Amino acid sequence: MCTNELLHEKFVELDAFIDGLEEKEGSLITVLHKTQELFGYLPKEIQLHVARKLDIPAAKVNGVVTFYSYFTETPRGEFIINVCMGTACFVRGAEELLKEIQDKLKIKAGQTSTDGKFSIDALRCVGACGLAPVVMVNGKVYGRVKKEQLDDILATCVSENA
Amino acid sequence: MSKYRMHLLVCGGTGCVSSDSMLIVENLKKQIKANKLSDEVQVVATGCFGFCEKGPIVKVHPDNVLYVEVKPDDVTEIINEHVIKGRKVERLLYVEPTFEQRISEHKDMPFYKKQLRIALRNCGAIDPENIEEYIAADGYQAIGKILSEMTPAQVVDTMKLSGLRGRGGGGFPTGMKWDFASRNAADQKYVICNADEGDPGAFMDRSILEGDPHSVLEAMAIAGYAIGASKGYIYIRAEYPLAVKRLKIAIGQANEYGLLGKDIFGSGFDFSIELRYGAGAFVCGEETSLIQSIEGNRGEPTNKPPFPAEKGLWNKPTIVNNVETLANIPVIFLKGAEWFSSIGSAKSKGTKVFALAGKVNNVGLVEVPMGMTLREIIFDIGGGIKDGKKFKSVQTGGPSGGCITAANLDTPIDYDNLIAIGSMMGSGGMIVMDEDDCMVNIAKFYLEFTMDESCGKCTACRIGNKRLYEMLTRITEGKATPDCLDELKELSMIIKDTALCGLGQTSPNPVLSTLTHFYDEYKAHVFEKRCPAGVCQALSVYTIIEDKCIGCTACARVCPPKCISGSVKKPHVINQDKCIKCGACLKACAFDAVDKK
Repeated sequence: MCTNELLHEKFVELDAFIDGLEEKEGSLITVLHKTQELFGYLPKEIQLHVARKLDIPAAKVNGVVTFYSYFTETPRGEFIINVCMGTACFVRGAEELLKEIQDKLKIKAGQTSTDGKFSIDALRCVGACGLAPVVMVNGKVYGRVKKEQLDDILATCVSENA
Repeated sequence: MSKYRMHLLVCGGTGCVSSDSMLIVENLKKQIKANKLSDEVQVVATGCFGFCEKGPIVKVHPDNVLYVEVKPDDVTEIINEHVIKGRKVERLLYVEPTFEQRISEHKDMPFYKKQLRIALRNCGAIDPENIEEYIAADGYQAIGKILSEMTPAQVVDTMKLSGLRGRGGGGFPTGMKWDFASRNAADQKYVICNADEGDPGAFMDRSILEGDPHSVLEAMAIAGYAIGASKGYIYIRAEYPLAVKRLKIAIGQANEYGLLGKDIFGSGFDFSIELRYGAGAFVCGEETSLIQSIEGNRGEPTNKPPFPAEKGLWNKPTIVNNVETLANIPVIFLKGAEWFSSIGSAKSKGTKVFALAGKVNNVGLVEVPMGMTLREIIFDIGGGIKDGKKFKSVQTGGPSGGCITAANLDTPIDYDNLIAIGSMMGSGGMIVMDEDDCMVNIAKFYLEFTMDESCGKCTACRIGNKRLYEMLTRITEGKATPDCLDELKELSMIIKDTALCGLGQTSPNPVLSTLTHFYDEYKAHVFEKRCPAGVCQALSVYTIIEDKCIGCTACARVCPPKCISGSVKKPHVINQDKCIKCGACLKACAFDAVDKK
C-alpha cells in the first residue's frame, strides 16, 4: 500500500511536470530525463504512461528510450560503478580495471548484481583525463586508480552510505 | 564594495574537484574568517587552469604564485606563511623536472610559456558563477558594441574576415555558415550551441562551459543578431552535471541583468537561450542528429542537403556552432578581425585548444596558436613522455581521426596539414602513446567505440564497422588469415565512401592510419602471431625462468587448464600447447619467475 502511494505521488509529480511544459512538441527527451530521475528507470508501463500523456505513439517513446544509452529499462543498482573507457584512461590501463571489477562483482558492464547493490557501466570519458584511469561511483570520482585499491573503493562507498 | 588585497583562485574544474578542491576552498574560507582576514582576502573557485596533471591548483593573486598538487591539509600553511607573512610555500611550487628548480610564477613554467589563451582566456581567472566578474573582464561588451554600432551584415563580414573555422571537427568557416543562414528568410531562425562533447579524451568544451559560461552565451546572442534568430539552444551532455549547473546560473544571471531576453540594451533585439540535454549518444554531435535529438527524436542523421542553414530545427534556418568556436567570438569583436587573423597559419586562423592526455608528463588543456608543431606541444608544453619511455604515436581527432608517427612530429598543426598526414583536427583530443601501446589494439579500441555508437541507420556503418571490429579481434587473437589485411583495407574504403554521415565516413580512419604507419605491427600479428608491444593477451607467451623458480607450486595450483608441471622445489614448466594465456601464473608467482613476452 505504502509503495503504491509513493508511486502514485511520483506519477502526480510527473504529470504536473508535463502539464507545466510550455511546448509539448519536441519535449519527449526532456520528459524522459525527468521520468528517469523520478522512477530510477523506465519500464514499459511508465513509457506507456508518458506516451499517452504526450499523445504520441508508444513505439516512438520506446524507440527513443532504447536509442539513448542514458535511459535504462531495467532498475539500476544502489551503487553505480562507472569505469571510464575514454582513450586517455584506456592507454593508462582502464581495460584491466574494468575486467577486475567485473570479476570481483561477478557481473558484466551494463548489468546489476542480483542483490541490487551494484551496477557496472563503461563510461566514455568523464573529462578528468589528468587523473586517468578514473573510476566513478555514484558521481564521486576516484583518480589514478590501481587494481589493488578497488576493494577499498567498494568498501568505502558502501560504508559511507550505510 | 570592499577592495581585497589578495585573491586566492582555486581550480573548480571537474578534474580538480575530483581531487577535493572544493574542500580546499572551504578550508581557505574558514581559516580566512578565523584569522579575521575576510575583508582583505577573497577566495574564488574558478574554471580549469589547464594544468590538470598537477591539480588541484591554487593561484595567489596579485603575487602570481601558482601552487600545485595542493591538499586540503596544506591550507593552514598557505594562510600562515603566504597570506599572513608574505612568504611563498616553497614545497608546493611546481618543480621543473629537467633542472629540478622550483618555479613560482606560472608564466615561467614551460607548460604555460608557449600557450596563447583566447578561448580559455577567462578559465582559471574569474568566478564562473558570478556574472559581474565576467563583465569586469570585458564581458558583454562585444554584444553591446554590436547592437549599438553594427548591422547584422557587418557582423557576418567581420566573422568572415577573421577566418575563424569551426572548432568541433570539420573546420567549416564560421562566417560562411552565418552568411548562409542570414540569407535564408524565415519567420524564426535558431542558434544552437553544440556542447555534446563526445570524443573520448577531449574535454575542452566542458572546461569552457565550467570556467567561462557567459562567453558562450554572449557569442550565441551575437550569432542570433547576425542571422536574425531570437532563440538559442545549448545541447549539452547530461553527463556534465557541473557544466549544466554553471550554465543554468549563467543564463539566470544574464536574464536578470537584461543581457539576454527581451530588448537587449534597448536595441529592440530579443534573444533567449534554453538548455537541452543529450542522453548519451555520440552521433548526436553530428549536427543533423543533434537537431533530431532536440526535436525529441532518435538522434539519427539526415541527408545533407538541405543543410541546417537552410532547413534545420523545426525546418527553420539554423546554425550549429561548437562551444570552443563560440568562446572565440566575443574577443574577435573586441580586438578586431585583423588581430585574430594575424594569429595562426595561412588557412587556419587563431588558436586551438587541445586536450593533451595519455602517456605524456603534463596532462591537461593547452591552447596554442595554429601552426605549432606536435613536437612543441608534446615535448615542450607536455614535458615529454611519461617514465622516460619512447614516443610512438599521437592520436588526434578522436574516433574519426588517425595516428601520427614520429616522422610527422615537426609538421605545423592546422586543419589542412592534419588531413594531409592522414588524421584530422576533430575536437582537439590528443592522445600520446608510447612503445608499450599496441597500435592494432588501439584501432580495435576505436572501432569498438564506433560500433557501440553507430546509430544503425545506414548499413555501411552499422554492419561494416562490426565486421571491421571482428577482423581486428581476429588479428589480435592470432586467428587472422594472411589476406585479412587487404580485406581490412578494402572494407574500410567502402565504409568511407558509402556511409551516410560524418561519423560513419570517418569511422575507419583509425584503421587506415594505423595500417599505413604501422603496417609492420599488423604483419607481426598476422604472420608471426606476435604482438611487438606485448599487449595482446592471446599472442603473449608465458614461460618460467628456470633460475628464478624455486618450485613452490603456487603457479601450478592456480593454473586453470592445469598445464604447469614440475615437482616440489624443482623448476616448473608450462605446456605451451595447453596454455590459455590467462596470466594467472604471472600473478601467483612471488619470485618474478614467470616471464611474459
